Formats: sequence, C-alpha cells, structure tokens
Amino acid sequence: MSNLGFQQFPEYQVPGVQQADFSPYESNGGSIVAIAGDDFVVIAADTRLSSGYNIHSRDQSKLFKLSDQTVLGSTGCWADTLSLTGLLKVRMQGYEHTHLRTMATDAVAQMLSITMYNRRFFPYYVSNILAGIDKDGKGVVYSYDPIGHCERAFYRAGGTAGTLLQPVLDNQIGHKNINLSSSELPKLTIERAVAIASDTFISAAERDIYTGDSVLINIITKDGIEEKKLQLRLD
Amino acid sequence: MWSSNIYRFRQPLWPGDAYDFNADPLQHTHKLPLEYTTPGPFGTKHSTAAITTGSSVIGIRFDKGVMMAADTLVSYGSLARYQNMERIFMINNNILFGGCGDFADIQSIIRGIEQKIVEDQCNGDDIEMKPKALGQWMTRVLYDRRTQMNPLLVDVVLGGLDVQGKPYLANVDLRGRSHDDFVIATGFARHLTIPFIRSAKPKDRDFNMDEAHEMIKRSMQILYYRDTRNNSQYTLGVCSPKNCGIEGPYQVAENWSYAAGIKGY
Repeated sequence: MSNLGFQQFPEYQVPGVQQADFSPYESNGGSIVAIAGDDFVVIAADTRLSSGYNIHSRDQSKLFKLSDQTVLGSTGCWADTLSLTGLLKVRMQGYEHTHLRTMATDAVAQMLSITMYNRRFFPYYVSNILAGIDKDGKGVVYSYDPIGHCERAFYRAGGTAGTLLQPVLDNQIGHKNINLSSSELPKLTIERAVAIASDTFISAAERDIYTGDSVLINIITKDGIEEKKLQLRLD
Repeated sequence: MWSSNIYRFRQPLWPGDAYDFNADPLQHTHKLPLEYTTPGPFGTKHSTAAITTGSSVIGIRFDKGVMMAADTLVSYGSLARYQNMERIFMINNNILFGGCGDFADIQSIIRGIEQKIVEDQCNGDDIEMKPKALGQWMTRVLYDRRTQMNPLLVDVVLGGLDVQGKPYLANVDLRGRSHDDFVIATGFARHLTIPFIRSAKPKDRDFNMDEAHEMIKRSMQILYYRDTRNNSQYTLGVCSPKNCGIEGPYQVAENWSYAAGIKGY
C-alpha cells in the first residue's frame, strides 16, 4: 500500500513519512485574444475545457461578463479561474452597493491586479485578459501574469496558444515588420478585428491541441455586448 | 466543519483538562507536538493516498431530467472489499449525487450535505436545495480543501432538476474544477464511455429518457468488461419531474460467449 521501498510506514499521519505529492494546479487549456479599437473592443476565447488528453467540455465559455462594459477572459487552471471570477463578482457587487454605480473598466483592472497579488505565494495559475470600454469611451485591453502584473495594451493574446497568436496580432494589428506606408495600412474596424481574431483562432486550433471546438467572440461597444460564435476543429 | 484541525486529537495536559468546556475548541492545535504540525519534506504531510475507493460514475442529462449510475464495488487497493455499496445518493427530490474516489471522503461529504438539508428544513419555508446551488457549494468546499493542501480525494457528479424544472448535470473534481454538460463521467468512464455517448448525441436535440437509459446500460457493460476495479452490479439514479430516486441494483448484461473462440492465452 505504501509507496516507499523497504521501510513500511502506515498510511496515517506519522512524523517523517513522505507521501505522494498532490499538485494543487492543473492546466485546463484554452486561449484568448483581445483587440481594442477607437470605440470598441473585441475579445474572443475558445470553448474547450481539457485535462491532459481528456476533453471535459466542448462548450465551456471562458469569457466572464463583469459589467455591460467589461469582459474578463480567463484561462489556465479552471479551479482557480472559478474562484477568482467569483471573488471579483462579489467585490464588484460590494462596490456597487457602496458607490451606487458600476465599477469602471480601469478600476476593475486595478482591483484584479491587487486581488491576484494577494495570492503572491500561492498564485492563481490563471492567464487573464480584461477587455472593456474605459471612461473616455475608448476600447482598452489589460493583460495579466499569474501574480497580477498588469499591462495596458491595444491587443493581446493569452493562454496555451498565446505564443502562436501574439506574433500574428503584432503584424496585423500593430503593423510591426510590415513593408507598407502608413497610408496603405488598413484601418481597424470592428469587422477587421473580428476577422483577425477568428482567423488567428482557426490557425491556433491547427497547432495547439488544447485550443479548438468553438470560439466565443464578444464585441463590446458603448451600446453593450454583442456575441458571436464560430465553429472550430473538434480534434 | 471542513477544517483539518477538527480531526486532530487533543491530549489532556493536566487532570481535569478534558472538562475545560470554555476552552477555545481550536486551541489544542498549538499543543500538538511539532512533528505533527510542521509541513514540508521532513515534517508531516497530509496523506494524498486514497484508501477505500469507488470507481467510475456516469451521468447523462436528458430532455426531462438526469440519470446517473455507478457500480456497487468499493475497493481496498486491488481487493474487491465491499461489493454492495451504493455510490449514487438521492439528496432531495431535485438532486442526485454520485461519488468516485476515496469513499470515506464521499461519506463525509454526504453527511455534510445532509446537515445542510436539515438546516434548510429548520427555516420552515419549504424551499428545497437546488442542484446548481449544491454544485457551487461543492466547488467552493473542494477548492478550499485543495488550497489548504489537504484535498478530499474525490471526483463528484451531481445533477437534477434546477429552477423551473430545467435539468442540470455537473462534475466537480478534487481541485474545485467544475463544469456542466450533457454527459459527465469520472475515472475510467471518462476514457471508455464519453466518446461513444458524445458521438451518439443528436445535434439538434437532447437525449430522451430511453436513449439515456440505453447509453447507461451500454456504459456499465463496457466498464465491467474493461475496468478492473468494477463489478457487474450497479445502481441507477433517475431524477425526472415524475419521480426522483435510486433504482437497482441492476446486473450488467454480460456476454462472455466470445471467450470460447479465444486461443493462446
């Protein structure tokens, strides 16, 4: 019964006995892409929830609507994701009771950073991307590392296929390493942002085994949030 | 209730100490010897070995409710120790609960849930617990235990009829990872049965009750053939608007006639 060699220890608590290590973390896969424009932001996440070579669900949304103007995309360890988003929801409710208004995107961004850093020595193993409309009506994307380092950007890819997707966004949205004059660069409209996000996910599903099944796309404008769904490869 | 401190014994240190009724109940933890409280490689660790275990649980959500099955074997390592244990539980008229993994932890969880049901009854408002609420509570409890690095070594399937009779089926694992779907399976069933159930699912509608029952029967048969920690008997929990209860135990329809044609081993 015991995993040890010649030394036979009982399974109950005895000083000095080493038991098999339990890992509190598990990667449940998934990818997120967010692109911010002048007055909109598009955030997309795949819907596959997995564990190793098992697929738990082909239809699990990784986008959490925090308010009419703010959506959080969260991937990594799903247990930590559920706990973190639950905590954020409760904190935002508290803010609304105190201040009689919805928390602004920038405030949510700051709060998320603090909340994650509180667990600096047992981190939430989560890759977060917060997308929303800021107080000036502009689209904004905030990206996070597992301990809450927060960076504001115009576009960001995260999750298991993040490293596959980010260079494509750098080229197509950030116009990096492109041999076109500034007048030839395409303007970033909602249609273009959705098209780029969709295409990057289709490509990611080809090469990342944890990304696939379908993509949920949220288009956030001052008028609210529009949802789109795109089917991907099931393998 | 879920704190690991409660399970530590208290040594009386002076005559009459055992009768110190006004003492803080958690005070005893710092009186334990350091070997029992120091975490780390050369101190004590919480055991992460499951001792008496139940094998897989399968759940299927159909148009009007949910159905859940598990075999009746609880193993002690490789010994088929308890061969008549029910691992599907009816929590109330809306909820079924199936447990896989360490069976002592499952029994402890069921006791905790039953206490919560009694607390609800004390309110006297006839409001019954719903499966989504239980699922949320289970997720928080299991996540909290994994954060204390003292997990309940279980994989739980729970489901039933939520508000307005909407069928709900969910899975929560030992780390507090939870999701809901039309088919949930734990343990070996995840590998052996989910693929054929997913491919049998009609694209445009839910399963009906007969289809779900057929899937379950086939799943239990496959598990008996291929999982070494299963036996041929299983209990079936059904939760539909007409009734909610545990049926069985049923026998798997085993067919070993092909064995006569096998030569060589």
